[in-house]
Amino acid sequence: MSVTVEWKGLAKSYGAHSALTHVNGTIAGNKIIGLLGRNGSGKTTLLALIKGLLRPTSGQLLINGQAPFENRALAREICFVRDSRMTYGSFKVREALKLASASWPNWDHGYALHLAERFSLPLEKKVQSLSLGMESSLNAIIGLASRAPLTLMDETYNGMDAPSRYLFYEELLEDYMRSPRMLVLSTHLIEEVGRLFEEVVLVDQGTIVLHETTEQLLMMTYVVIGTAPDVERFTDSLQVLHTQVLGNMKSAVVFGELSKEQERLADLYHLDIQPVPLQDIIVHLTSRKEVPSS
Amino acid sequence: MISMNAGPIYSQIAQRIKDDIVSGKLHEEEQVMSTNQYASFYQINPATTAKGFEQLEEEGILYMKPGIGMFVSRNARDKVLAERRQQFFAKIVDPMIEEAYKIGMPLKEIIARLEQQEGAKDS
Repeated sequence: MSVTVEWKGLAKSYGAHSALTHVNGTIAGNKIIGLLGRNGSGKTTLLALIKGLLRPTSGQLLINGQAPFENRALAREICFVRDSRMTYGSFKVREALKLASASWPNWDHGYALHLAERFSLPLEKKVQSLSLGMESSLNAIIGLASRAPLTLMDETYNGMDAPSRYLFYEELLEDYMRSPRMLVLSTHLIEEVGRLFEEVVLVDQGTIVLHETTEQLLMMTYVVIGTAPDVERFTDSLQVLHTQVLGNMKSAVVFGELSKEQERLADLYHLDIQPVPLQDIIVHLTSRKEVPSS
Repeated sequence: MISMNAGPIYSQIAQRIKDDIVSGKLHEEEQVMSTNQYASFYQINPATTAKGFEQLEEEGILYMKPGIGMFVSRNARDKVLAERRQQFFAKIVDPMIEEAYKIGMPLKEIIARLEQQEGAKDS
């Protein structure tokens, strides 16, 4: 089963507070997708809506043509992991994994136990007494071993130390290649995990502001550095995300593909053109600070 | 290594394979690792690796043996060398001349240095 998630004018409010508005777009296929955005931008609400935990206030959310809210058949195809402590609190880790295995038709128990060993997760310990990092490891294990056609992971790295996070990324990639499926990961650790994303979806102020392949995003953003007047001349009609001035030098982050003509101009003005790291692109795209573009 | 700070990852992958062909780590008619093996090794998305392979296939550096995998083309090394030679002046020599001009380095000294290096290699 290959998954297509479609949003059509989706909105979700909690009382007077609007969490999501005008969400439109489609994600489709067996891909690792990064769900990025600042705290409070609406990522978790979006994931909860996909899982069918929330009813949309207006608009539509369709998964392979069906609405997920109160849809039991669809629920078994979608694994949304967070808060193991709340779900399995008084059970031992071993029992929690057994319980999880009953929820997911594609569950691989051998793999779950293998992961528990790799993450050094104590099987006989109660879930509620796990440290935050251990709980995140358990979340990660459930998400991976579920082998659900659509797996949603919401910041599944809280409290994990760096070796555990890299172990998680490694397992995620290996298991994705073994069992291709749609994996949506919300994260702030773009520098660490960005290279695993085939596509990124950027949520800002309650709506999807960008959906692009990671490679395309890297290609369509660059920084131009030179003397201020030259940089300004160069960026005159371009979309500038961010500028910085140091003495008479200026740097400008430009959003838009660099054309051959622009390359020629940059050369003419003695401007230096550099790539921009994914993490910085996301920061610039979601920064509240209005920077004059020239 | 592959860097998130150095532009599109697929072109870094393509560049790396070309480097390996130039240095002789990869021979003509030799099978290259699969996209999944590359993805695993560099911890990157396999679709990205596939895009890098696609570019090399278009350039005639790699070719596909159906059901087996990707191989280095027969004259891949010559092709990459020709490309590198073509870029040599623009990428290496011209910036050097610009720098020399900036810091007032006489052309004579540069030529002397080149000849000295060439001599050291010959002997």
